[in-house]
Amino acid sequence: MTNFNTTGQGFAPISRRGVLKGAAAVGAAGLILPYGATAARAQTRGGTFRIGIGHGSTTDSLDPGLWDQLYVQTFAAARHNYLIEVDSDGQLKPEIAESWSSDDASTWVFTIRQGVTFHSGKTLTPDDVVASINHHRGEATTSAVKSLLAPTTDVRADGNTVVVTLEAPNADLPYLMTDYHIPVMPGIDGKIDVTSTDGCGGYIVESFEHGVQSTLNRNPNYWKSDRAWFDRIELLSILDPAARLNALITGEVHLIDQIDPATIGMLESRGVANILSIPGTGHYVFPMDSRVAPYNDNNVRLALKYAIDRQAMVDVILGGHGAVANDNPIGPANRYFHAEMEAKTYDPDKARYYLQQAGLTSLDVTLSAADAAFSGAVDAASMFSETARAAGINLTVDRVPNDGYWDNVWLNPNGNTPFCASYWGGRAVEDHMFTTAYASGAAWNESFWENARFNELLVAARSEVSEDNRRAMYQEMQQLVSFEGSTIIPMYTNYVMGVSKAVSTPERLSSNWNFDGFRCVERWSMA
Amino acid sequence: MILTRVALGIGLLFVVSLVIFWATELLPGDLATQLLGQSATPETVAALRAQLGLNDPAPLRYWNWLTGALTGDFGMSMGNGRPISDLIAARLGNTVFLALYAAALSVPISLILGILAALWRNSFFDRAANAGALTAISFPEFFVAYILVLWLAQTGLFPSMVRINPTTGLAERLYMTFLPALTLTLVVTAHMMRMTRAAIINLMASPYIEMARLKGMSPLRVVLRHALPNALAPIINVIALNLAYLITGVVVVEVVFVYPGLGQLMVDAVSNRDIAVVQAVALIFAAAYVALNLIADVLSTITNPRLMHRR
Repeated sequence: MTNFNTTGQGFAPISRRGVLKGAAAVGAAGLILPYGATAARAQTRGGTFRIGIGHGSTTDSLDPGLWDQLYVQTFAAARHNYLIEVDSDGQLKPEIAESWSSDDASTWVFTIRQGVTFHSGKTLTPDDVVASINHHRGEATTSAVKSLLAPTTDVRADGNTVVVTLEAPNADLPYLMTDYHIPVMPGIDGKIDVTSTDGCGGYIVESFEHGVQSTLNRNPNYWKSDRAWFDRIELLSILDPAARLNALITGEVHLIDQIDPATIGMLESRGVANILSIPGTGHYVFPMDSRVAPYNDNNVRLALKYAIDRQAMVDVILGGHGAVANDNPIGPANRYFHAEMEAKTYDPDKARYYLQQAGLTSLDVTLSAADAAFSGAVDAASMFSETARAAGINLTVDRVPNDGYWDNVWLNPNGNTPFCASYWGGRAVEDHMFTTAYASGAAWNESFWENARFNELLVAARSEVSEDNRRAMYQEMQQLVSFEGSTIIPMYTNYVMGVSKAVSTPERLSSNWNFDGFRCVERWSMA
Repeated sequence: MILTRVALGIGLLFVVSLVIFWATELLPGDLATQLLGQSATPETVAALRAQLGLNDPAPLRYWNWLTGALTGDFGMSMGNGRPISDLIAARLGNTVFLALYAAALSVPISLILGILAALWRNSFFDRAANAGALTAISFPEFFVAYILVLWLAQTGLFPSMVRINPTTGLAERLYMTFLPALTLTLVVTAHMMRMTRAAIINLMASPYIEMARLKGMSPLRVVLRHALPNALAPIINVIALNLAYLITGVVVVEVVFVYPGLGQLMVDAVSNRDIAVVQAVALIFAAAYVALNLIADVLSTITNPRLMHRR
């Protein structure tokens, strides 16, 4: 099954240049990226927008705490609104919260928009917002964002505002409130009904069948006048890549995700659809368990980091739809990305040097991989094995089953998979990414890495108000993760989607999540 | 006679239910870890596990499930809390529809081809029909499906995927599901056709057929009046076997044509460790096999009363 990291993700502005660079890379591979070619026209109302998504199963849930893949995420964006939206430039934009403010970054006040109604006709009140947030808090919650909201000590309604109190200052709280797990849903006695599809978004659910399809009609009372252009939305779960591609070619659907790079040329030649490739913050990783030998020696880790051919992986595994990463989970799309860091290139001599520093002449390691970690993980591991050989590292690829990968392999639960493949969707803010996967003791610290200086900076940066100081702190943290960390991060991935020429897309698409930040349903229109 | 058969069938289903339960217990991981995926932390897993009742001992869970199933209540899906009977009802309807559609195409085709092939044994027609049917069965299902999509869907004749819901009309439904039904027809025809041909040819050497011929009957009449009724028993058995396959084994075709049938539900449920759904679907599949074989036995006994008496 699909497993995505299930909390917020990177938005931060992507520059026009970044997009153009992506375009150039794609163009160089013999592909076309008519970015904006179909855009910049007056948007028209009407039409049925059909989306074929390579996710979805009968066990999908309406409970926002359990959402984990593109199907439920897009379905949610169609029927729900959030407190705050991330616009296509990566900036925060008021949605249900009209405005927000804080004096000390510990107590946050969100002013709730008046006159918004749910599909059921109920008027939205601050109590609904409190119930929606509280669904993810407390001992008994099963929400995937429980840890994200753990530092909130109190959430209460006050007049037409919602006041959130934190145990320690956090300047990024508004970013966290854009997380797709936290839509505003109607509260009944302080609780949300997780079996209801009621929301205040642009589309009202007509019918749905988990793992098959859902149908939504435009909400005539939607409070946004410049959004939700389609009359009707149909979301179809199409797991088979060939069936998905066929559906786009034959015009059964207008938008599909996860296109195999090998088939892009064929799709282009049909002339019915465009390929959009949007740089995001998602990245593929190979975490090493830093608690056990030989990975507890940073020289060994550095040797492995220099023994991987990052550019070749971007070309082969991603088909050029991505960028080289420097063992840095913070990508160019993030605010505090450290661009000047010394780049690690494939260098067998340097790898040998670090092996010598570790007192070794050769090294035997086993890398466990399955395509459940990310599409192409097994091939990437084999490439790594080839390039590592030149550096005297004997890297054996252990191909493990997709089934149960996250239970039995990831996080080294049985002690026999200290080196494996994994994937991150990237995170909204630097703090969010670091706290989730690199802080000492974090549940998903997949490399079990502990660095005193890093942890000290992590706490200090949260309450730092000076932009320059924050930048310096986050850049030092990126330096630490890259050169002392225990995670190899060879590449950032793009969001690649196929869009029918019958649909018009905005000039700029969000790099915050796939499908224009899931908002294609309300931002796009018929051509 | 029939009652003994039914009793045996029920006993068999009981054994099957035990095997199903035991097999699903062997799968690594459980629904709680699977639902939370990469975001599973020990606390959230423990909370979800308690909520789903996964902490009860296995025999107790088996007993609860079996008694529920006997009253038509398969319980709730562990994945999304919906009643399993709701989840299965629509998909069972879809699966049965597709199976009947494919059967309606393939059974007459294979019977006619089989009879004609027997009639014109070793002729060009016989060889061509055999070669064609064997070629179709030799390709993997997904390959046949993709070829049909290339020829019939990308040219705009038929839809490449099936978009139906409970309100879709019959004509629309037949049109939408034509390609999957055709794929299945191509896959199952060879088996039935060759059995028909072999069973008839086997009888053609019998003395009573020779007698009929000597009486001056036309070859077609000999086959239809004298050979076919005696060849029905093996043919019925093969048809039953193929019908059972059409209900239980079409998951690949369902995936290619995005058809919401039981097979895909089962695969989904297995990979998500939604044990309750797996057990329910497996039981339905087992029941379909047992029931179809029972019907085949009864029908072949009717067509050949000699089977009633032990020699």
